[in-house]
Amino acid sequence: MGVDWTPCLGLFTPMEASWMSCIQTIQDYGLRAIGIGERLLPREDFTLCQQFTLIGSGMIWNIYFGLTALVLGFLFATVLALGKASPRRVLRKPSEWFIFIFRGSPLFIQFFFAYFVFLSLKAQFPIFDLFTSAWLGALVVLFFNTSAYSAEIFYGALQAIPKGDVEAADAYGLTGWTRFKRVVWPTMLRLAWPAYTNEAIFLFHATTLVYISSFPAWQQRGDALYYASYFADKTFNPFVPYPILAGYFIVLTLIVITVFGLINTRLNRHLPEAGRQKIRFRPRMLR
Amino acid sequence: MNLYWSVLTVLILLAITAPTALAFGFGGATASRSRFAPLRWVGNIYIALVRGIPDIVFFLFFVIALDQGIEYLRHQAVCPDWDQPIRQGNDFLVCQAAKMPLGTSPQWVHEVYGFGLAVLTFAIVFGAFAANVLSGAMRAVPRAQLETAEAYGMSPRQTFWRVMVPQMWVYALPGLGNLWMVLIKATPLLFLLGVEDIIYWARELGGSKTARFTDYPHPDWRMWYFLGLLVFYLLFTRISEIVIDRLMQRFTKGQATTGGEAQRKLA
Repeated sequence: MGVDWTPCLGLFTPMEASWMSCIQTIQDYGLRAIGIGERLLPREDFTLCQQFTLIGSGMIWNIYFGLTALVLGFLFATVLALGKASPRRVLRKPSEWFIFIFRGSPLFIQFFFAYFVFLSLKAQFPIFDLFTSAWLGALVVLFFNTSAYSAEIFYGALQAIPKGDVEAADAYGLTGWTRFKRVVWPTMLRLAWPAYTNEAIFLFHATTLVYISSFPAWQQRGDALYYASYFADKTFNPFVPYPILAGYFIVLTLIVITVFGLINTRLNRHLPEAGRQKIRFRPRMLR
Repeated sequence: MNLYWSVLTVLILLAITAPTALAFGFGGATASRSRFAPLRWVGNIYIALVRGIPDIVFFLFFVIALDQGIEYLRHQAVCPDWDQPIRQGNDFLVCQAAKMPLGTSPQWVHEVYGFGLAVLTFAIVFGAFAANVLSGAMRAVPRAQLETAEAYGMSPRQTFWRVMVPQMWVYALPGLGNLWMVLIKATPLLFLLGVEDIIYWARELGGSKTARFTDYPHPDWRMWYFLGLLVFYLLFTRISEIVIDRLMQRFTKGQATTGGEAQRKLA
């Protein structure tokens, strides 16, 4: 809500006035995606400022989904990768199936399927009511999905750990948990990191599917794509909202690349400069 | 009945898009290697632009942009004496004769046109990825092979077509295989483009918009519908994996790679 500047606008030059009304718009719609601020979305006379603000406010959801799924998925993916690499059938088979199912089918269908599963579970167990809303239900799908993809990357890296490293660990008398924590896991991360960076970028791109698929946007609280398509629908002009959305995503991708690049440098800090793996931006497009 | 048509639509789309995307990719890769600088820039910009933007944005944006672009060009050509602005506030207005397809044309023309736009969009997006894979594969062909070709007096064109292109497939196939998997999994996005595919029917029959506020007295059949779809796609990817493995075996034959060498020793 904030202060209403509108009566004072006549006192300023047009340039200043449009600037002030833009601040007003940011106050009204900056946090609209999480339900704070003006209730009604703008209906006509869409300004550039409104489009930037609302689409930007939708990015809150994209970042929320991406970040949470990434953090939780990282942990689960490690477990899954170890399961797939395990010689024990009881551990290996479930992990293999989990990875195959989530990598083998479109994320889009997974969203739909999960939504209707939650819906029908809700009829029996009221607790699943929470899962039918996007913030939890879609998060679960994204979490499982990114876990499966990352697990495959980690599994590949586990297979690629130099034999000498593990033998050296054995020679030092490191076994079990200590060996895993000190030798296997850091090496696995180091080898997997460039591919994992792409997975992370891709995950953020995939968050745009949430509201486009089945999950309803309650009280028009949606993600960036939701607002962008809202503007495109209302104005019949895709040339403004979608490039804005693309711009936001390019910025987000650059941030992810920077952060992951820093972690990559840290993971490789013990290696000579020449032997380091460079991160190359090479995302898969859809899943 | 329409439901079965929609499954067929997905399969037809895959069958048409894959070669078209490959052609786009081949064009893009050759352009980005060109010795003529502007052509090289076009190739590189094409690859970089499409890969940097989320797919779905492309699908939503590109179809409208393409549609309006075509109508605009036709408008310029068909009705030159039209004096009103085309963009009137929120409306995009062209003269009746420039509508694409014509308002008077039968229903099937509209459907084919929509389908064509979908194929073109898919081909452009996946072409960029294929271009990336192919240009990598072209660079992976051993330098010595090309030098040998030059030493035999082949022109650059001959070297390209007779030596590089036959050999690059073995390097390109893993990447192209991935791309094919991705393409299969991208087909559900068809419904965004307004083509009546499988998902379209699910939404149409179920009306998921209000579903959150409806409590079903019976188990919800749509869950089983999507389970069926899930299994359909899983089977499809599994079969593709097997076929790609076979193809890889074929392409490896007689190549100067570790795989080819292993095959030679086995035989």
